[in-house]
Amino acid sequence: MTPHRSAWLHFLLGRLTLSAIPYDNPIILWTFVVVATLGAAVLGAITYHRLWGYLWREWFTSIDHKRIGIMYLVLAIVMLLRGFADAVMMRTQQAIAFGSHLGYLPPHHYDQIFTAHGSIMIFFVAMPLIVGLMNYVMPMQIGARDVAFPFLNNFSFWMTVAGAVLFMLSLFIGDFARTGWLGYPPVSELRQSPGVGVDYYIWGLQIAGVGTLLSGINMVVTILKMRAPGMTLMRMPVFTWAALCSNALIVAAFPILTAALALLALDRYAGTHFFTSSLGGNVMMYINLIWIWGHPEVYILILPMFGVYSEVVATFSGKRLFGYSSMVYATVAIMILSYLVWLHHFFTMGSGADVNSFFALTTMIISIPTGVKIFNWLFTMYRGRVRYDVPMLWTIGFLFTFTIGGMTGVMLSVAPADFMLHNSLFVVAHFHNVIIGGVVFGAFAAINYWFPKAFGFRLDPFWGKVSFWFWLVGYWVAFTPLYVLGLMGVTRRLSHFTDPRLQIWFQIAAVGSGLIFLGILAFLVQIYVSIRRREALRDATGDPWNGRTLEWSTSSPPPAYNFAFTPLVHDRDAWTDMKRRGFVRPTSGFRPIHMPKNTSAGVVLGALSLCCGFGLVWHIAWLAVAAFVGIVAVAIANSFDYHRDHHIPAEEVDRVEREYRRRLAAPASTP
Amino acid sequence: MSTTTHDSVTRDATQFYCTEEPHPENGTLLGFWIYLMSDCFIFASLFACYAVLGTRYAAGPSPRDLFDLPMLALNTALLLLSSVTFGFAMLEMARDRRGPTLAWLAVAGAFAAGFVALEIHEFARMIAAGAGPDRSAFLSSFFTLVGTHGLHVTVGIVWLVTLMTQIARHGLNETNRRRLNCLSMFWHFLDLIWVGVFSFVYLVGVLR
Repeated sequence: MTPHRSAWLHFLLGRLTLSAIPYDNPIILWTFVVVATLGAAVLGAITYHRLWGYLWREWFTSIDHKRIGIMYLVLAIVMLLRGFADAVMMRTQQAIAFGSHLGYLPPHHYDQIFTAHGSIMIFFVAMPLIVGLMNYVMPMQIGARDVAFPFLNNFSFWMTVAGAVLFMLSLFIGDFARTGWLGYPPVSELRQSPGVGVDYYIWGLQIAGVGTLLSGINMVVTILKMRAPGMTLMRMPVFTWAALCSNALIVAAFPILTAALALLALDRYAGTHFFTSSLGGNVMMYINLIWIWGHPEVYILILPMFGVYSEVVATFSGKRLFGYSSMVYATVAIMILSYLVWLHHFFTMGSGADVNSFFALTTMIISIPTGVKIFNWLFTMYRGRVRYDVPMLWTIGFLFTFTIGGMTGVMLSVAPADFMLHNSLFVVAHFHNVIIGGVVFGAFAAINYWFPKAFGFRLDPFWGKVSFWFWLVGYWVAFTPLYVLGLMGVTRRLSHFTDPRLQIWFQIAAVGSGLIFLGILAFLVQIYVSIRRREALRDATGDPWNGRTLEWSTSSPPPAYNFAFTPLVHDRDAWTDMKRRGFVRPTSGFRPIHMPKNTSAGVVLGALSLCCGFGLVWHIAWLAVAAFVGIVAVAIANSFDYHRDHHIPAEEVDRVEREYRRRLAAPASTP
Repeated sequence: MSTTTHDSVTRDATQFYCTEEPHPENGTLLGFWIYLMSDCFIFASLFACYAVLGTRYAAGPSPRDLFDLPMLALNTALLLLSSVTFGFAMLEMARDRRGPTLAWLAVAGAFAAGFVALEIHEFARMIAAGAGPDRSAFLSSFFTLVGTHGLHVTVGIVWLVTLMTQIARHGLNETNRRRLNCLSMFWHFLDLIWVGVFSFVYLVGVLR
């Protein structure tokens, strides 16, 4: 900030100056050029095809859980490209920055990249993936027409988008945190990080966190209150069970993240001393709080994917899931245990043998219910007629990869071993092993599995298999070297090395990230090719895989109301039961269906939150205050609207259902 | 929804869908209750911070130097009275009497406003005496815990005024009753938190 800035300009722009735009950094400049060009192309295409009205009416303001689910997944895939670009930069930097060669990323830039990579991948890739999947699939699995609070659902999505946009803005205006993805103090305190980076991090996560928490409450209530008649808890599909446990964890864990980040924000904005090194602050308080959220968070991510694998394994083995009850109890046990292990992230804090033993034991115990699950999946496949479609390939890849990741996790849970491995690349390899092998593989299995439900045609299997093999091989080539390096004692988050003997391992890892890049590319090609070949891949039945749960009993894509009549459930795997006992589609007696109306309040509130966050980051008081007042005003005004629903007329339902029966009767057009 | 009746009646029936639209009970109260539990976790974090940092005076003032118990008694009385009068409003709502409901809500709001005013006064006095939140970790955690509670009460008052306008305009319809039930839970929840603050922060503070 120049000392000559007038008071007026300072009021208007806070600490935002032209020098905040990093036009002197060629990497960011080129990124900006590419992003701006692509963005302009997309916006131009939407304008050219006159799609704005359609997008606004049918998608942005939609309170349909299916549309919102798809928008979450689109957000996740876009942010995956950003997070992966960061990963490639780290891998290439570490592969070349040896000895006198300093690489192409100066340390202050490298530090921002690994922080952005971690926080984006967790908060804006993995979280939207699981929230999107649960949004899309869960209400249909329980035979509901929508979630319990449809408006809240739309609002949650736009808050997540606002957080993601704030993160992305930090790339081009100012800089991002250099603290690592959890923003540990004291480095995240004002004294060590006086810039805007940590503030972008805090407000981006706080805004998105509101969305995540509300979405968690929404889904728990949906599952508890809106199940179809006859669907008792122990008849729920395992994915729904996993969603229930995951969302219960969201409700119990995210407030702690909110509190921890709020306290850090107070330290930075109000001069308090929670985590400072002076006047009584305690750094370990933050680290405890953030991991009391952080450890349940990894189970928030993995539990829904365990649900996905359960659905996929049962469907593609043509058998009912082995050990349904033990699967449910294992999920619940993991949910509870996940809350009792946080300290294993910092055994080196030095809290003594008793405390460390307790957390080491609880950590090891988690491997028991997880092992139960692995065996259940294997026994489901045993003597099943296994079809090796793409979702099943991802599941088998998961079983193999995740099990090894789990075992290295047990190695880390041994506190004395952890003293050696703490903060090393072994830890990095371990959590990528379980997050890529568990969450990412699960997301691809789920996308391949439910895509035909969402769009009425399957994804191209050839490119799906190409993507799978590049990801699987790429993962192992990229991260096995990090296990080796970690055992050799190489610590994480370094942008330069001196020992030339290490270089070969980093070069192998870089090759692995190249293979993963091809896997991502193949996935994008898969979507493109599938859209081009959609007529050949068309599924008229709504049940392309011979599915077992209720979402397959309706058409693809499902009508806005999901089910013309609410299903009546008699058994687990309700749709298999219906098919076996001769379910006949109703042809008459349709009634008007009561549905909520679209609303633009979610978009408006999300946009205002973004403005508020931007104002807070740059100390633009008027903007932050005005946006905050705007948020309160819009929320209050919105509560004065008492007419939030409408009826879909019976004739419309009749027409849609007749069209579906016509497609069912037509001869299959698949090649 | 009555799952048990369906179970017994249709165990091997071939009826796979409901011809009568089932009306799942409204989930708002459960949802709001779950929200309150999540809010509880925020307060739990702040209480934990106070437990760890509450004796880190950094050579500054301690609770004994700062807390004014008679003032606190008045403050607590105001908040509890606000809760009681809110309860009277709920009773009037159950009798379907709009006027008395609104009147009791106004009284409850006034008591809560008095509570917030006293708290602001207490904060101002402490800050003027050089015992602001930036003085020590003890004061940081004190101001944050008590202030977060006060902020909740303030939000509650804004909500109360909004809801009173809506009840005056649309009467005690189903939506407004549901909202009033939620606000009532919120109101009593804040009371409960205050009991924790009162005993854990103030009483333990002056005894220490």
